[in-house]
Amino acid sequence: MKTGNLIDALVADRPPRGKPLRWALAAALLAGGLVSLALFLAILGVRADIGPALATWRFELKVGLVLLVLGLAFSLCIALSRPVAPVHPGRRLLPLATLAVLAIAIELFILPSASWASRLMGSNALVCLIAIPTLAIAPLVVVLAILRAGAPASPAFSGGAAGLLAAAAAAALYAFHCFDDSPLFVVTWYALAALPVVAVGAAAGHRLLRW
Amino acid sequence: MADPSDLSALMRRARQGDDEAYRQLLGHVSLWLRAVVRRGLLAAGRGPADCEDVVQEALLAMHLKRATWDETQPIEPWLRAIARYKLVDHLRRRGFHDHLDIDDYADEVAVTADADAAVDSGALLASLPKRQRRIVEEISLEGRRAAEVAERLGMSEGAVRVTLHRALKALAAAYRRDER
Repeated sequence: MKTGNLIDALVADRPPRGKPLRWALAAALLAGGLVSLALFLAILGVRADIGPALATWRFELKVGLVLLVLGLAFSLCIALSRPVAPVHPGRRLLPLATLAVLAIAIELFILPSASWASRLMGSNALVCLIAIPTLAIAPLVVVLAILRAGAPASPAFSGGAAGLLAAAAAAALYAFHCFDDSPLFVVTWYALAALPVVAVGAAAGHRLLRW
Repeated sequence: MADPSDLSALMRRARQGDDEAYRQLLGHVSLWLRAVVRRGLLAAGRGPADCEDVVQEALLAMHLKRATWDETQPIEPWLRAIARYKLVDHLRRRGFHDHLDIDDYADEVAVTADADAAVDSGALLASLPKRQRRIVEEISLEGRRAAEVAERLGMSEGAVRVTLHRALKALAAAYRRDER
């Protein structure tokens, strides 16, 4: 086939006008999140003291941090799904780093140094490390499936962002189960729990998001 | 009429269903692609034999992924990014792993009509399922319209277009697997 003939075929083709990627991604995230929510309610459940917890600044800060990651990871997914790589994708995470450092600084300032270690270790570290990756599975699968419509400059980065988004969705659920609300615990263990999800996302993206 | 060198405007019109604008855009881009790809292949120490394959693969990607162009941005960086991705991908499949940057010359290559346009590329067409191949051939090689093809094959026009779209996606996938 000559290139001119190919152009004739391309002009004759009218690609279906799908909805914009961010809407498809939001819908998929919601669907995957619902699957994880069912899993969450069946296995973990909401903490017994949710009522009083809602009124504490530590719980609110925890949920705020997780939702911030969710929003940033979402915009990162969109930005990294295009052929033209964003110039400084890492800078998008700057507000998150700022808030995390601020939260840790306040916590260290308020707490006597003798209790730092126990707040950092909490009592749910192992549950956290298992629950977040598990709850991230369904969101990761659907997010990767949607991102296949993109044309990422780097399929691995795009997959890594998908992993971060899935981990954030999982953490948003897990935050309502875990009663370790100290920023010391949250920043440390939630981040460690997200790492394998980001790694799996990057490896899967490298294979699945090529175009 | 719009300035033919304003590729962003052509793509915007194409998105609104202006086939003539789209044909003009793809024609212009294919000339530019051919020059860029030939330079890239030479830079990688390969002859120009695969040039038309890469040009067609990149055109297919630009077509199938056209929703990834953000209309608020100029289209040239998007076109360059696709050309680079496809060139690097093509070379990697053939064992070339060095760094390759087309940006150095992507803007200044001489864009002229040339003999390579007549190169018959894409033995991959043969790898398509029979019906898909037939429809691509009817439309591209025979130059028939979708409505005519539908009548000849006893299908609805919609079904012809659906099959054509599937065929183009299958063709792009065949290129991705191709390691000749």
